[in-house]
Amino acid sequence: MGSIILRNVRKVFGEVEVIPNVDLTIEDGEFVVFVGPSGCGKSTLLRLIAGLEDVTSGAIEIDGVDVAKEPPARRGLSMVFQSYALYPHMSVRSNIAFPLKMAGVSRDVIDSKVEKAASTLNLTGYLDRRPGQLSGGQRQRVAIGRAIVREPKAFLFDEPLSNLDAALRGQMRIEITQLHQTLATTMVYVTHDQIEAMTMADKIVVLNAGNIEQVGTPLELYNNPANLFVAGFIGSPRMNLLTPPPPGRDGAATIGIRPEDIQLSTEAGEWPGKVRIAEHLGSDTFFHIDVDDVGAITARAPGEFALSAGDAVWMTPNPERIHRFDGEGKALR
Amino acid sequence: MARAVSVQKKWTYTVLVWIVALLIFFPILWTILTSFKTEGDAILFPPAFFPPHWTLENFTEVQSRSDYFKHFFNSVVIAGGSTLLALIIAVPAAWSMAFSPTRRTKDILMWMLSTKMMPAVGVLVPIYLIFKNLNLLDTLGGLTIILMLINLPIVIWMLYTYFKEIPVDILEACRMDGAVLWKEIVYVLLPMAVPGIASTMLLNIILAWNEAFWTLNLTAAGAAPLTAFIASYSSPEGLFWAKLSAASTMAIAPILLLGWFSQRQLVRGLTFGAVK
Ligand SMILES: Nc1ncnc2c1ncn2[C@@H]1O[C@H](COP(=O)(O)OP(=O)(O)OP(=O)(O)O)[C@@H](O)[C@H]1O
Ligand SMILES: [Mg+2]
Repeated sequence: MGSIILRNVRKVFGEVEVIPNVDLTIEDGEFVVFVGPSGCGKSTLLRLIAGLEDVTSGAIEIDGVDVAKEPPARRGLSMVFQSYALYPHMSVRSNIAFPLKMAGVSRDVIDSKVEKAASTLNLTGYLDRRPGQLSGGQRQRVAIGRAIVREPKAFLFDEPLSNLDAALRGQMRIEITQLHQTLATTMVYVTHDQIEAMTMADKIVVLNAGNIEQVGTPLELYNNPANLFVAGFIGSPRMNLLTPPPPGRDGAATIGIRPEDIQLSTEAGEWPGKVRIAEHLGSDTFFHIDVDDVGAITARAPGEFALSAGDAVWMTPNPERIHRFDGEGKALR
Repeated sequence: MARAVSVQKKWTYTVLVWIVALLIFFPILWTILTSFKTEGDAILFPPAFFPPHWTLENFTEVQSRSDYFKHFFNSVVIAGGSTLLALIIAVPAAWSMAFSPTRRTKDILMWMLSTKMMPAVGVLVPIYLIFKNLNLLDTLGGLTIILMLINLPIVIWMLYTYFKEIPVDILEACRMDGAVLWKEIVYVLLPMAVPGIASTMLLNIILAWNEAFWTLNLTAAGAAPLTAFIASYSSPEGLFWAKLSAASTMAIAPILLLGWFSQRQLVRGLTFGAVK
């Protein structure tokens, strides 16, 4: 079991209000991802759940019990840090065994659990090494091993993959997703990475300046962003936001259209423009196009599309995929 | 070319370091050599570098006149006890300043250091009176406490510096792993800080062993450590260079040996923060 409920959680550092007032429900077994710009309070929120920071006010319920005043050791949660935070003076075996030792588990049980975790994480051959003798990916696996042995109510991850190179990150992403499927334990995961958020999450929480902007499944956020902030934050390259809307698209203060929802043509279309930059990725081509009276627009064409800088181009937005926002930035539905 | 220059440089440095080291070590060497001379040879002019007549007489004489082993025992108790006591107080203090600092932490550190800026003689009278009223004069307990107190600021500073080098993430991970405070300190903080703690301990033992102001002023016969033992040889009856040297040699020998065998640890600890 591991449901987490935050009620009116507020956090102030000195004079600075970092989290004004957060309400959030995380269901048992859910994979929840916190995303948001740097400094928006993702880590702070995670550390409040962990107990590494005290709430200024509000309640944090784990399985229905308010733990806001409990120290981290009593909350039954595991955490994986960006820096791995392994104990450098202990072997990999002792690192993984440490939480069990703290819980007073017997020697035999510790040994069998450590062996099991090590084989799940492909660490069996490394148990007698020190963390300093491992690669970044292996260290991260040890950190995960240390987190899973004690069978916590929930796992907390703070940007666990951001110190790894791109290939390893992709692989670890899949391993963590598989781990979640096997263990079916609640996971709360903080990341900067759009791909991690979209691929791993059951539920994404978008934070901005300590406030929750929107909570939903990845595709809900992608297809129906509740406001301009979420529209601009989720999706890469980001949604084109046009204020005011171009002629013929009235009825909203701002309209948004994702790059892939724009049909490109060299002959005819709704908006004429001129290619400023063309990025050929092979699988896709991104165009940054200057449009008179509208501004710069990013469009995405599948596969190769033979246009280069300076070429004239016509664009037509898919009318069903146009997002409309009012003067306050709220989505009009 | 560059290589020749660097070899030359290396030699110059080596020679320089040797000269400086010998200059520093010379008084100690001279003391040790003098302790093996007869009283007559000790005051020869021009002085003889090596004893013309090697003798152990000074040592036996010193031991029979004033009980070396009693003073030695007192020194061990005072230096060891004050160091241990200082560490017990300083570890939690440094822990809290390093890992949960407040706005005042820096001020508190400065204040602690500032207590070392006042000359000890400035507080001699009040301390003497307090000791007298509490019946602590000439007791091992009293000396242990006063030496602990005078070295405590340095011990806290040193430990604070070493603790600052330990990533706070690791301690937080330890808390998440279910460790209560004392387990966090015993299983994670202390093992990671071993080099720092060891060098703090060594330095403090050396400082306490050699401390003379308080040990001389607050003891008579009962609790006198080796510093008082040396001082007793510069007595009104006149100076006996050879015996004074023998007493000094016996007094510094233990700490010299300790320093010699732990020099690697000491150097590593003292440069720990600097190089990282
Ligand atoms: N101990 C602290 N004392 C004072 N301010 C803090 C403290 N910890 C965090 N803050 C402030 O709180 C805000 C949120 O920080 P937090 O680390 O939660 O951001 P984040 O969303 O995790 O950012 P990033 O993506 O860069 O990791 C920042 O403005 C930060 O400066
Ligand atoms: Mg962060």
